[in-house]
Amino acid sequence: MITKRTSSMEHKRILDMRQIQKTFPGVVALDHVDFELRKGEVHVLLGENGAGKSTLVKILSGAYQKTDGRIFLNGGEVHIKNPRHARELGIGIIYQELNLVPHLSAAENIFLGREPVRASGVIDRKEMVRAAQEILDTLGVDIPSRLPVKDLGVAQKQMVEVAKALSLDARILIMDEPTSALTVHEIKELFATIRRLKRKGVSIVYISHRLEELFEIGDRVTVLRDGKKIGTQAVRDVTRSGLIRMMVDRELTEQYPKRKCRRGPEVLRVEGLTREGVLHQIGFSLHAGEVLGISGLLGSGRTELARALFGADRIDSGKIFIRGRLQNVRSPRHAIRTGIGLLAEDRKTQGLVLNLSVKDNICLPNLNRFSKLGVLSTKKEIAAVQPYIRELRIKTSDPRQKAVTLSGGNQQKVVMSKWLLSKADILIFDEPTRGIDVGSKVEIYQWMNRLTAEGAAVIMVSSELPEILGMSDRILVMRQGRIVDEMTREKATPEKILQSALGGNP
Amino acid sequence: MKPRRYLLHHGRQLGTLLGMAGLVIIFWMLTPHFLTVSNLMNVAQQTSINAIIAVGMTFVIVTAGIDLSVGSIVAFSGVVLASALHAGVPLFLVLPIGLGVGLSCGLVNGILISLGRLPPFIATLGMMSVARGSALLFTHGRPVSGFSSDFRWLSTGEVVHVPAPVVLMVVVYGIAHFILTRTKLGRYTYAIGGNEEAAVLSGVNVRFYKTAVYGLCGMLCGLAAVVLTARLNSAQPIAGMMYELDAIAATVIGGTSLMGGEGSVLGTLIGALIMGVLRNGLNILGMSSFVQQIIIGSVIVVAVLGDMALKKTRK
Repeated sequence: MITKRTSSMEHKRILDMRQIQKTFPGVVALDHVDFELRKGEVHVLLGENGAGKSTLVKILSGAYQKTDGRIFLNGGEVHIKNPRHARELGIGIIYQELNLVPHLSAAENIFLGREPVRASGVIDRKEMVRAAQEILDTLGVDIPSRLPVKDLGVAQKQMVEVAKALSLDARILIMDEPTSALTVHEIKELFATIRRLKRKGVSIVYISHRLEELFEIGDRVTVLRDGKKIGTQAVRDVTRSGLIRMMVDRELTEQYPKRKCRRGPEVLRVEGLTREGVLHQIGFSLHAGEVLGISGLLGSGRTELARALFGADRIDSGKIFIRGRLQNVRSPRHAIRTGIGLLAEDRKTQGLVLNLSVKDNICLPNLNRFSKLGVLSTKKEIAAVQPYIRELRIKTSDPRQKAVTLSGGNQQKVVMSKWLLSKADILIFDEPTRGIDVGSKVEIYQWMNRLTAEGAAVIMVSSELPEILGMSDRILVMRQGRIVDEMTREKATPEKILQSALGGNP
Repeated sequence: MKPRRYLLHHGRQLGTLLGMAGLVIIFWMLTPHFLTVSNLMNVAQQTSINAIIAVGMTFVIVTAGIDLSVGSIVAFSGVVLASALHAGVPLFLVLPIGLGVGLSCGLVNGILISLGRLPPFIATLGMMSVARGSALLFTHGRPVSGFSSDFRWLSTGEVVHVPAPVVLMVVVYGIAHFILTRTKLGRYTYAIGGNEEAAVLSGVNVRFYKTAVYGLCGMLCGLAAVVLTARLNSAQPIAGMMYELDAIAATVIGGTSLMGGEGSVLGTLIGALIMGVLRNGLNILGMSSFVQQIIIGSVIVVAVLGDMALKKTRK
């Protein structure tokens, strides 16, 4: 069926990037990379963090200047000078961090800086709303174009971004991890929109870490590794393990290296935990040596539960027993003292102080151990941090290197080291592998094994079902601030979890 | 560290230092009166008060805050300690009184900001007015003047030919540099300014340390008040007007980002000295204070522009 559709029209090459090279002081980010894009295709860029995907699309969108190489657009050579120039050439980019003005409406955002005006010079609101609605309609999405975008959901905001790009006549759309913050349902809608865009001849460069998405939406895939192009293939010709092999150049025998550990005594029990409007009568227990997975849709209260347990958010009622003793976890400081560690959902805004060094970040919860009368011993800090840098294989030339310079996977390992160093034995991992490369993922799973083997207990909040199923001993499913289901690893299936998470008839 | 990394790491400070060297050379070429030992000591002495306040300001700005009340706190601490002197309080108690008043004002700022969750701009704007009003009320608007030579030694005295305020400034900077780079308080100061949420989630007692930083800033204002009162032989309730702007300027010229999370007191020292050199040099050249303001304002803007350009190339 697919072979039949590959007419000459669909093979029309609209973008050709040849031998692109990009160097930063001391680093070759892209090493003679070729990349081409056909009309109406979804071309997935795949690679570990630091492989060069972002650099490549930044060159395409004008955010970076290439060091060497040539770019052809519709057969003619172009020199993309800056993001504005890229837009004029019909290249639009939707970033992970959305670039919308929160207090303006969808229509105002779409036409920001290019508002239709009447002869008098006054903005023609009617025309603006009409034109915005027209674009939103072609996307097949139902978004109130007059509402301030801050009142829209993440998925809707993304659609506004897409609409904005289309209103600029984008023929090439770059989407950087568009699904990372979307729910299952929203992802379906996004894919429907992408298919509609394809039919209109828009080409899409799609960056994602989620392999299952690639198989659903991608036409071709290009794998980058260490700034080099490993290969481009039609999606129908590749397998999951084949892709992973291309990305990491090592056979990952199993993506989820789960090891069963002996279940020890209860270390945490929660009774009737409630935070008005967010969490309702949460109760569960956690044992040493187990990984308790918490699944649920975005907004189901997963992250809020993690934060409440860690004392980061106030709770209105309920009891938390740690190792059998009732504890009043008022603040993260108290939580840490009772042996809890939280790997927060977003490492950049919550996990790390990016401007501080690797060492400073790892030591941050533990400074009392390295100080006398408030004076720090850098020597002691470095000595304490070195084993973790070595064992977690954090790629850094110097413990004093700033955390901001590390790749996502390495940053996550730094956050993890924080809690390993503080000897936390109740670890709450909130989306531990979001946006990090496959290699680092597996390493983090292996550490979860090691920790539970050593008698620690792990709570893992994740929106990735395979991860929940692959790594948990027991699974709790949350919906609307409540725990609605509990199942053991053996009895869990993706369908069962989704059914509980969605509620009612799926 | 390897030389290249060292350069990258300290490039900003070296830049500021080069800027100052350039200024010194320009003034040296323009007038023979500038580059003399006595004039340079003079510059250091004139700089000392702003430099001491700017240390506290640097701590505050590294936490991504701001303190607009420093000038008013200087005035209030000044009149209180001056009145204490007039009331016959012994000299060894006067210093703690001056520092104590400043510290108290700073702690109030800190508590309003960390517990009251007020934006630093608002809290210290309030304190700016309250402390000023208190200073005026305390003395009924009149200056408190005339002190013993023992007290005035703090301004006129010399330690091995170096003026006492300069010695004090150097000591303060030594201690502050140590605190910022080698202690828990310093590390937390950077962590809070760099990412407050991450600091909270790492168990840092952010409220306590923020309050401490504003307290420290207030206390240094008290110290500056002691030096100022000794120098003028008078405590004025209207002293310290616009000091907050000078302190912020010195901090910013020294490479501390208003966004918080980075900066150094050594940079601030150079920043304060640049302002001192400029004022002094322009004075010697006979430039009017109007022209001076224009030049100093331009220097602030150029310094930050250069800073941004440097950061861009580093990326």
